[in-house]
Amino acid sequence: MTGAKAGASAPVLTEKKEKTSLGEKLLNAPYLLWSAVFIVVPILMVVFYAFSETVGYYEISFTAGGREYVCELPAAGDLTLEGAKEQAAAREGVSPAEAVFTHASLEYRSGGFTLSNLKEVWSPASRRAMLLSFLYSLAATAISLVIAYPFAYVLSRSGAKSQRIQMLLIMLPMWMNMLVRTYSWQQILENNGIINKALAFLGLGPATMLGTSGAVILGMVYNYLPYMILPIYTVMSKIDVSLLEAADDLGCNWLQKLWRLILPLSVPGIISGLIMVFVPSISTFYISQKMSNGMIKLVGDLIESKIKDQWAGGGLNVGAAMSLVLMVIILICTFVMNRFSDDDGGGMVV
Amino acid sequence: MKTLGRIVSFLVYFFLYAPLLVMIVFSFNAGKSTSVFSGFSLRWYGELFSGGGMLIECLRNSLLLAVLSALIATLIGTVAAIGIYRLKKGFVSGAILTVNNIPLMNPDIVTGVSMMLLFVFAAGLFGALNATNFYTLLIAHVTFNIPYVILNVLPKLRQSDPTLYEAALDLGCTPQKAFFKVTMPQITSGILAGLLMAFTLSFDDFVISYYTSGPDFVTLPVYIYSLVKKTVKPNIYALYSIILVAILALLVVYNAILSRSDTKKEGN
Amino acid sequence: MERFIELRGVSKIYDGEKVLDNIDLDIHDKEFITLLGPSGCGKTTTLRIIAGFVRPDEGNLYFNGQDVSEVPPYKRPVNTVFQRYALFPHLNVFENVAFALRLRGAPEEEVQRRVREMLELVRLENFAKRGIAKLSGGQQQRVAIARALISGPKCLLLDEPLAALDAKLRKDMQAELRRLQRETGITFIFVTHDQEEALSMSDTVVVMANGRIQQIGSPTDIYNEPQNAFVADFIGESNILDGVMPADRRCRFARTNFECLDAGFAPNEPVDIVIRPEDVDVVSPERGMLRGTVTAVTFKGVHYEIIVDIDNFKWMIQSTDYVGVGENIGLYIEPDAIHVMKKSEFSGLFGDYSSFSDEMDEENGETEPSADGEAEN
Repeated sequence: MTGAKAGASAPVLTEKKEKTSLGEKLLNAPYLLWSAVFIVVPILMVVFYAFSETVGYYEISFTAGGREYVCELPAAGDLTLEGAKEQAAAREGVSPAEAVFTHASLEYRSGGFTLSNLKEVWSPASRRAMLLSFLYSLAATAISLVIAYPFAYVLSRSGAKSQRIQMLLIMLPMWMNMLVRTYSWQQILENNGIINKALAFLGLGPATMLGTSGAVILGMVYNYLPYMILPIYTVMSKIDVSLLEAADDLGCNWLQKLWRLILPLSVPGIISGLIMVFVPSISTFYISQKMSNGMIKLVGDLIESKIKDQWAGGGLNVGAAMSLVLMVIILICTFVMNRFSDDDGGGMVV
Repeated sequence: MKTLGRIVSFLVYFFLYAPLLVMIVFSFNAGKSTSVFSGFSLRWYGELFSGGGMLIECLRNSLLLAVLSALIATLIGTVAAIGIYRLKKGFVSGAILTVNNIPLMNPDIVTGVSMMLLFVFAAGLFGALNATNFYTLLIAHVTFNIPYVILNVLPKLRQSDPTLYEAALDLGCTPQKAFFKVTMPQITSGILAGLLMAFTLSFDDFVISYYTSGPDFVTLPVYIYSLVKKTVKPNIYALYSIILVAILALLVVYNAILSRSDTKKEGN
Repeated sequence: MERFIELRGVSKIYDGEKVLDNIDLDIHDKEFITLLGPSGCGKTTTLRIIAGFVRPDEGNLYFNGQDVSEVPPYKRPVNTVFQRYALFPHLNVFENVAFALRLRGAPEEEVQRRVREMLELVRLENFAKRGIAKLSGGQQQRVAIARALISGPKCLLLDEPLAALDAKLRKDMQAELRRLQRETGITFIFVTHDQEEALSMSDTVVVMANGRIQQIGSPTDIYNEPQNAFVADFIGESNILDGVMPADRRCRFARTNFECLDAGFAPNEPVDIVIRPEDVDVVSPERGMLRGTVTAVTFKGVHYEIIVDIDNFKWMIQSTDYVGVGENIGLYIEPDAIHVMKKSEFSGLFGDYSSFSDEMDEENGETEPSADGEAEN
């Protein structure tokens, strides 16, 4: 998937086109409709839920004296379902003993505008998670760049056949489910995992690795390294060999060649790679969960646990608020990173 | 310089393949553990092939979902790419492309949550009992697949030679015929690449599925996630070892075809 | 010859730029007609209007007296040979040529026979099974022609078909195209920016500039009797000077009176004077009607190209006799070497050789708007 992201640039046609006919305009209709309903509206939903409160209420229906009653009572304070039943009957002037309850349940709906969800995003636990997410993904992105850059350079300068095989080797792990690969890492790093067994064999350890920051960052680097390698490799392989020869001819040593020629030319690929590692890293919940045995909570973990609560405790609303904040942070970060690249060919521009 | 490069390459590959190696080794474990090797056995493979079990059912679900969503996304995405290509560059095409980028740029968790909220909202409107089910899952997968299809097809359209289309008109094709006889062959590779990419993305997706699937239809990654909370048995390793070999075989064949057509071209 | 295609008051506007301005043009049956002009003059747009790829914003197009302005390209009895041939890469030579017949669902026997005929016509009998990518430029060119001719069009449109070929091949293909036109006996409409090509191949040349037709005529007419400074400059080499006509058959330029053959101008009307470099004789200063200093001499094979400075106007003279740079020489001009033209919007823009370089001319010309999207480079 990375290849397409990185190589999305195409020559622009300067050809003048004849006026678009109605039939051609209709070609856009299905996707316009689809993307409006399933891309734009969901984003609006996130905003809507982030700024609205959850209202819980008891829905109670009962019959008494041949009449049917339907009541809604706000689930405020410590009102229980049983208490609500009694209240409902009392409100209709029926004694609870006479009433035959046909339905009684706790229901939720979205209520009015509130900023309390955003306040919860600013709670200490959540602030800590955001800071950790930011720092970890920054570290993972930096490490990925340091590993991927020389690797991509070597790859781009090797023979055509070797390049093709190596591309396969890089893509292959990405085709394996990330859950399984991360789980495998967890088993490797475990207290009685392979590494600790090897250490014990050497008379060392045991070292506790799971649960450390290092393990989480390793998980991120492992999962997203190919996203850094591929775009950088793509721009590097497009650098004309004659440019490198010209640099040699003009007296560059290899360091100068790297600094004055290859680095500036590969900036679009680097920007692409940075974004493509940073975005999934900052939003992950699975990697942190597995690599820290649930001890380190990142933004993704908080969103996941809030959303899992569904309506209870306003989980959906708080989860939506956190998602919204995450989205804004990422938008700002990608915008800033794209600023560094004047060329929009290799980078993904929002 | 060269040896240094080799060392870097080797370390990167070792890093990338270490967990896969562990996976393959432990898929042959006689014991139930995925970290303590207690002897070689094929029991987990046997268990897989003896059929039944949630794992196989979920695999079937995942494959079905991947095929369906890839086909639908390819259809909508290809038509959309043609529509965008025909549009004059301007506000409308810019807006479409920006919206198209949203699922690519947004982290999966935000995409998943946003779609789930839509489905919850819709369920509230229509009084549905379950907000998410097979159809919401399918919609979600089609939605995140379409942009990748467009991303594969649109460049092919832009690279295609517009005079070929005109030549077909000139020789008597109606616009529809000209499109199918001349433009289609030029973008087929893009469509196929988009289809393949959509299939693999859909097959592999966990995060978005996690938020948009219901209890009626569980995909393989969602199932594995629910398992991992308890204990993973080596049968999952066995299943993914088989998938790994299958993908490897596919890639090798694909690559062989590619290199053969390449040498053919170079031969002249 | 019968009138076949007519353009009446045709205009086309792209992004507010008028790339075709009120074009009137008659094209006759069995004629080899060339639209000639620099990049952005509107010639390719004219061709695309005839083919049906572009709809005129104003004016009408008639085939045999019938208005076809709204008829889509696939229903017009004309076929096009595209600049870069536009051969279908997924089909071989045979299938490319057979395309139009297959479309019509012609029986296999007819397809086989007609394609063979066409391939014979363009001398590619032995290439039927070849892939397109394995053909040379000239062969691709001929496949494109065969493909366009197979459905028996009344008219073949050729959009700079020789532009992508090297010089030697171009000459061969020029002859080949003439032969094909004679053998098929249909109208060829040929677009080019190469004046030599236009002069050597055409029955009729249409010179275009700035979206308007500047002159229509036979190659000899166009060369000998250019109607304005643009045509004079674009076709061949010309010295174009400001002059006046004191009386019929008398003209005055370069501060000297000359006899000439032109008449019919108002007394003392300002005019443009054209003198072709090959029509000027180099003589000794005392015998010359004009005198000047040689500033540059270039050997061209058949002749020398001599730049002479006369009162700060640089003349170009072609002579088989060598003269040295810095020499003072005289020029002798016969009355029939002088061609008088009415003043036009192009007066004063061309004709001096002080910045003499084809390439620089072209670069200067690039400032002209080339807005009609013609792929002429």
